[in-house]
Formats: sequence, structure tokens, C-alpha cells
Amino acid sequence: MSRLAMVIDTALCVGCSDCVVACKTENNVPEGYCRDWITESVRGEFPTVGLEIRSERCNHCTDAPCVSCCPTGASHVHDFGGVVLVEHDKCIGCKACIAACPYDARFGNPEGYADKCTFCIHRVEKGLLPACVSVCPTHCMHFGDLEDPESEVSKLLHSRPNHTLLPEAGTKPNVYYLTKG
Amino acid sequence: MLELSSNRHNPGIDPALHAWGWEIPVYLFLGGMVAGLLVLGGFHILKGRNDPHAEAYPWAPMLGVVLLSAGMGTLFLDLSHKLYVWRLYLTFQPTSPMSWGAWILLLVYPALLLAALLHPPETVPFGDAVLARAKVWSRWLRMRPRLVQAIGAANLLGGVSLGIYTGILLGSLGARPLWNSAILGPLFLFSGLSTAAAALHLLSMLSKRQVKGQFGDALLGGFFKLLDPKAGGEAMLRADTSFLTIELGIMALWLLGLLTATSVHREAAALLLSGDYAPAFWALVIITGILTPLFIQTAELSGKIRHTAAPAVLVIIGGFALRWILVSAGQTSHW
Repeated sequence: MSRLAMVIDTALCVGCSDCVVACKTENNVPEGYCRDWITESVRGEFPTVGLEIRSERCNHCTDAPCVSCCPTGASHVHDFGGVVLVEHDKCIGCKACIAACPYDARFGNPEGYADKCTFCIHRVEKGLLPACVSVCPTHCMHFGDLEDPESEVSKLLHSRPNHTLLPEAGTKPNVYYLTKG
Repeated sequence: MLELSSNRHNPGIDPALHAWGWEIPVYLFLGGMVAGLLVLGGFHILKGRNDPHAEAYPWAPMLGVVLLSAGMGTLFLDLSHKLYVWRLYLTFQPTSPMSWGAWILLLVYPALLLAALLHPPETVPFGDAVLARAKVWSRWLRMRPRLVQAIGAANLLGGVSLGIYTGILLGSLGARPLWNSAILGPLFLFSGLSTAAAALHLLSMLSKRQVKGQFGDALLGGFFKLLDPKAGGEAMLRADTSFLTIELGIMALWLLGLLTATSVHREAAALLLSGDYAPAFWALVIITGILTPLFIQTAELSGKIRHTAAPAVLVIIGGFALRWILVSAGQTSHW
């Protein structure tokens, strides 16, 4: 079974928000909402201050709390690649999944159902890359199968220092951030 | 130093999570009170007592049906994809406390209605024919002691399940450090028991059946008197204060657990103890809802002051404030 993951090189990301615009366009995300976003993280004490620019989204966690708390099974792990998805016609809008996500990656779509990044599964199943990855002007975003040791993402994670967001939350995220090391 | 800035501004998410509004705390409060009514009513049925000190208990199931219906109404109002609510009952998700709760709520209704049928009212404003039929069924039920015991057990188990689930519902959401404790289950159960006992006390006062000097029976002690009808005065005094005292103890353990955990859990506890929610938490939950009723009740039982409905009202205010503050503060706590 494959395990789809995204690897983002923070040394290359300039925070241009092209990924955000591409996602909104591709997925018809409602006005005022976003499925992915840019976070600037400044760490350290002057003069030794480090800046990390990250394109963030749902982490498609291996141990996804949004899936385990869903009372109807609308939030589920997709057969292909372990992607976490929401089946709109099963979602009752109870918002438990929104409260359960430590990344606040979900939101309530104005139509009522819980909404979030899908890794553009409709594109991926056709052999295409997610919209955000395909438009990145600095080529800092990579997408592939972590179960395949020859995949680009597997090689990058083996060769470069990297981290996930809030590993202490225990959700085993599948979005990785490469650092300069 | 760590400074984060983001261009995400999703409504209801940023700058702080506000997924649940007034509907959820109201539901949790009503659900907790119904859980308490189920437990108290269940014990009353199981003990098979016709205790004059506990004349309000036959009303517990009927009050429970009304409050549970109101609570489920607020739950429905909270849903943002309402037309799909029936999806709850096409599946059972064992890892989802909300799924457990949906089924528990469904099973609690018949238990409450059967308990209500055991003690139908003498008169009703409308529907005399229905009442007459209910009395026939009531006689039929009461001639079958094993069935009556089963109804009592169903009420008791349903009450404990409902009371604990409302706390576990929040406690299972690990992304919100303030809620992330299984002890919220027992906390909500005992808070529900205290508010239910207070509601029954008020009900008995409204029905003008309250007997002076038996305040303890109606407010909190009735539960333990049903357990041990021969309990003496000193035991009675302990019983009167039991639910609130246990609730206070569980709350202390819950906060202690947060204060001795990770930094995010300590920050979450600080929200209540010294942060933005501290004035409301100390004033409404601890002082108004627990300590003052305990003090007044003790004075009343020792005959130092006249018996009033004040402690019952304060307990209900405190129980509601606990849910309201917990839901609001919990949403702002994060990793």
C-alpha cells in the first residue's frame, strides 16, 4: 500500500502564495477560506535569528484524530495513498473533526460540511501532481509515495534534515519540511 | 523566541478556534442533568421505594424527557449540515465518542419513557384518554417486578453512560489540551448528578410538597437515602454534600493533572486559574456553584438558617457555567 506525502524545501520557499492561489482555483475553495496557507516562523534571539517560510495544509496524518472522532465515517482514510478525505454526503457538520485537529487545518465549508486539503486526489489518481506542487515557481514542493524507496520524496527525506509540524501531538504527519541543516 | 505569522484567516478557526457556540454547552448541561435524573430515578425504581422524602423522584423521568428533547434540539441546531443528520444512525464508529453518544441518546429515550410510565401523573391539562391508557400500562408494568427492576437498571446504566460520555466527548479531543483528560467523564457525571438533584429539589418545592427540615433528602441526600434508607443524621449530612464535594475533588485532580503535564497543558490550566477565564471560573463555577451551596446547605442542615431554594439555584448556575466556560476556554487552548 502506498503512502502519499508532501516534502517542502523551506530553503527554497519564498512565501509567494502561488500554492494558495492554485489550490483555491483548482478546488473552487469558497471566498474568504483557504485549504493551504503560508506561515513564517521566526526563531532565536537577535542577532542569531532564523526564518522559516512554510506552505502549510492538512498533514494527512497516519494517526489522524479527525478520522477517529468522526461519528459518521465521513472523515476517512482513502484507499489510495492513505490520504485523509471527507465524504460530503456523510458529513453532518458536527465540527468534532475541526476541534480534533491540532493544526487547525479544517474549516466549515459554507455549504455545511467539513472542508480541507485533499492532496488534490482527483488529480493524483489521474497521474498528475497536486495543484500547489505543479505551480510552485521555486520547485520547493515535492510529492510522492514514501513506501517507494526510489521515489523523489523518499530520497529527499533520507538525504536532507527535515521535520514535521507538532510531532509531539503524536499524529504522524505526512507533510515534511526540509531544512538547511 | 518563536514568532509565527500566517496568512490563514479561515472563519471560525482564526485567530482562535470557535467551532462550537452556545448550542454545545447548553446541550452538555441539559445532557448532564438528564444523566443525573436517570441515575436518581433509576435508583428510586431499583429500590422500589415509595419514600415520602423523595416524592420528586417520580417526576425525574418526565423532566428528563423534556430536558433531553431540548438538549437534542440544541445539538441539531449546532449541526451545519443538518439534512444529513440521519447519517449518525446508519453506522457505529467505536472510536468516536459522538457516535457512542448518538446511540446512547437514542436508547435513553425509551428508558425514560418507561420510567415515566411507572408513575403517571394524576391529571394532565390535555389528553385524558392518553393518560387513562398510560395508567393501564402502568398497572401492567408494576405487576411485573422483574420488568420494573430492568427499567430501573436501564435508567441507571443509561444515566451513567450519558453523564460520562458528555465529558469523554471533550476529553477525547487531544488537540485541545484543556479538555484532554478522561477525568472529564466522571466530573461531568457528578456535576450532572448535583444539577439533577437541585432540579428535583426545585421541582418538589414548586409542587409544594417540600417538607421543612427534609431539604437534604430532596437536594442531595435522597440518592444516598435510597441506597441506605436507615442512614442516620450524620450519614445524611455527608450524603447532602457528597456530589458537590466529589465534583470539587475531581476538578482538583483534573487541574492537577494539567499542571503536572506538558507546557501546553499548563498553559491550558492557566486559562482557568489565572488567565482570561479565571474570573468567571472562580466566581461562577467554584464559589457560586460549589462552595456557597455547600456552605448554605450545611448551615441549613444544622438549623442555623432557614431553608430556601437558593442552594439549588446556585448549583444549577454553577453546572451551566462549568460547561460554558469549559467549551469556550477549551477551544482557545492549543498545541
